[in-house]
Amino acid sequence: MSILPFARRKPDAPARTAGTRPMSDEKFISIEGIARRYPAPGGKSSGSKTSTVFEDLWLPMRRGEFVCMIGHSGCGKTTVLNILAGLEAPTEGVVIAAGEAIEGTSLDRAVIFQGHALLPWRTVLGNVAYAVSSRWRKAGKAEVEARARKAIATVGLAGSEHKRPSELSGGMKQRVGIARALSIEPKILLMDEPFSALDALTRGTLQDEVRRICVETGQTVFMITHDVDESIYLADRIVLMTNGPMAKVAEIVENPLPKDRDRTQLHHAPGYYALRNHLMDFLVTRSKTLRDAMPAGYDQRNPPVVRPTLSEADAAAIAASEPVGKRA
Amino acid sequence: MARSLPLRAALLSLSLLVGFLLVWQVAVSGTGKTQAMDPEYAALMGQAATTGKSAMPGPMDVGATIWKHLKDPFYDRGPNDKGLGIQLAYSIGRVALGYLLAVVVAIPVGFLIGMSPLMGRALDPFIQLLKPVSPLAWMPLALYTIKDSGLSAIFVIFICSLWPMLINTAFGVSGTRKEWLNVARTLEVGPIRRAFTVILPAAAPTILTGMRISIGIAWLVIVAAEMLVGGTGIGYFVWNEWNNLSINNVIVSILVIGLVGMILDQLLARAQRLVTFPE
Repeated sequence: MSILPFARRKPDAPARTAGTRPMSDEKFISIEGIARRYPAPGGKSSGSKTSTVFEDLWLPMRRGEFVCMIGHSGCGKTTVLNILAGLEAPTEGVVIAAGEAIEGTSLDRAVIFQGHALLPWRTVLGNVAYAVSSRWRKAGKAEVEARARKAIATVGLAGSEHKRPSELSGGMKQRVGIARALSIEPKILLMDEPFSALDALTRGTLQDEVRRICVETGQTVFMITHDVDESIYLADRIVLMTNGPMAKVAEIVENPLPKDRDRTQLHHAPGYYALRNHLMDFLVTRSKTLRDAMPAGYDQRNPPVVRPTLSEADAAAIAASEPVGKRA
Repeated sequence: MARSLPLRAALLSLSLLVGFLLVWQVAVSGTGKTQAMDPEYAALMGQAATTGKSAMPGPMDVGATIWKHLKDPFYDRGPNDKGLGIQLAYSIGRVALGYLLAVVVAIPVGFLIGMSPLMGRALDPFIQLLKPVSPLAWMPLALYTIKDSGLSAIFVIFICSLWPMLINTAFGVSGTRKEWLNVARTLEVGPIRRAFTVILPAAAPTILTGMRISIGIAWLVIVAAEMLVGGTGIGYFVWNEWNNLSINNVIVSILVIGLVGMILDQLLARAQRLVTFPE
């Protein structure tokens, strides 16, 4: 086995060739009819004494895809992520990940927590090594350390291995959190608003890092965010949730921007404003109106996949920039 | 005039000490012969009546006694005349034994209570009922069942050290940050490894707080317990010197008891700093 943690999946290997994908790649993760209900003392909502965050939620995700979920607070985004992580169980329904139903947590699904959740009594190296030694229980000390150091170097923290979390800035702490998640070579990476507590500058650099790492390794990622621009930059597809309670997947938005993105030039890319306006419109108005009344023909099992309407100039520019036959 | 705060505080402490010693010295020193008295009667009454000198020793007397004890702390001239060092060693030994027994019981049980809400609720009434009982109230029961005064004293230390450690351990364990537990869960860490690698380090500062409170209480209680059981120890020494009317030795004991208590507390405080990590 290779000691290089990120050498497993080459970016050019599977995925991303339209039409020829096997089913397991198209539905690498499949959320199938999950519901989450909490006991509600008020008893205001439908039913007697429960409040339903969401029910009958269906969502497929492809292998190697970066999916962002956007929605207002209370729509159950974090609950979906916790269910994917196995930290919470759905009240109804199942989630299939990599061909297996999720029952509890797994080392195949790594979580990057919002509040970094580093163990303050361990050094940077200790925090990452803790994850590595949990993944490879029989591994010797040297191998664990080598893998941990490799992961720390990937997020650009080489040299800070022996610092404790309290000696690090917020951005560096979150880098350690990312290194810890990546060090166990997960099949799926789950991120719960990982950058929301950081300042804009740090957030930008970390987004660059995460995008670079995920593109290089073909990592399958599910990320929750509030930030429209973050989702445009990072995601291949953006899942829009209506407001809760009884939240629904309103639509899945295909990101028309090229895979090769430059954060500083993003707003000049053709299609950027169409996408951004679509997302903003959704957050401002449609997230509420759609919850109250879904359009005719809406099928919870197959949420509509949308590509925001482009201006003709944008469409032409995109068509010119992409190789022929890339899109079916 | 920009002297540092610690320096100024030390100067103030020193001057307070000097002032106190002066007042003490003046208060106990005599005023010379105040009244003519029949010499035979005066001999009976002692210096207090004839010169106004107090029977209370002054700071110089106490200093001389401290010096005497320091020169020979470990002499042993029979059951009623042992050096201060030996008496202290007995007391510290009892406290250490009872306290360690309490650690062995309180930390695992505290873990259990902290991790299981069921056990927490089930044991809560017992803890609430037994915690406020003065440890000395256990003494007769201990003497009756154990039938050994030395062991009874250790038991009393055990029982008084138990509660703060138990309650703090349970509190620290149940207060482990959910995020950290989730980290362990997502890494599929087993319960034993989780207990030692996440919960114990997370609860350690709170557990050490409990241990620090316990050592303080144990040191308070050992003096009273030894006054009751007698034989050896610093508590017995104080009471024995009271019976000897040696106020000098009583004052020296008070100082020594305070000093040892302070050292024990500082040791635990240092240990607490070792396990506390800022986030």
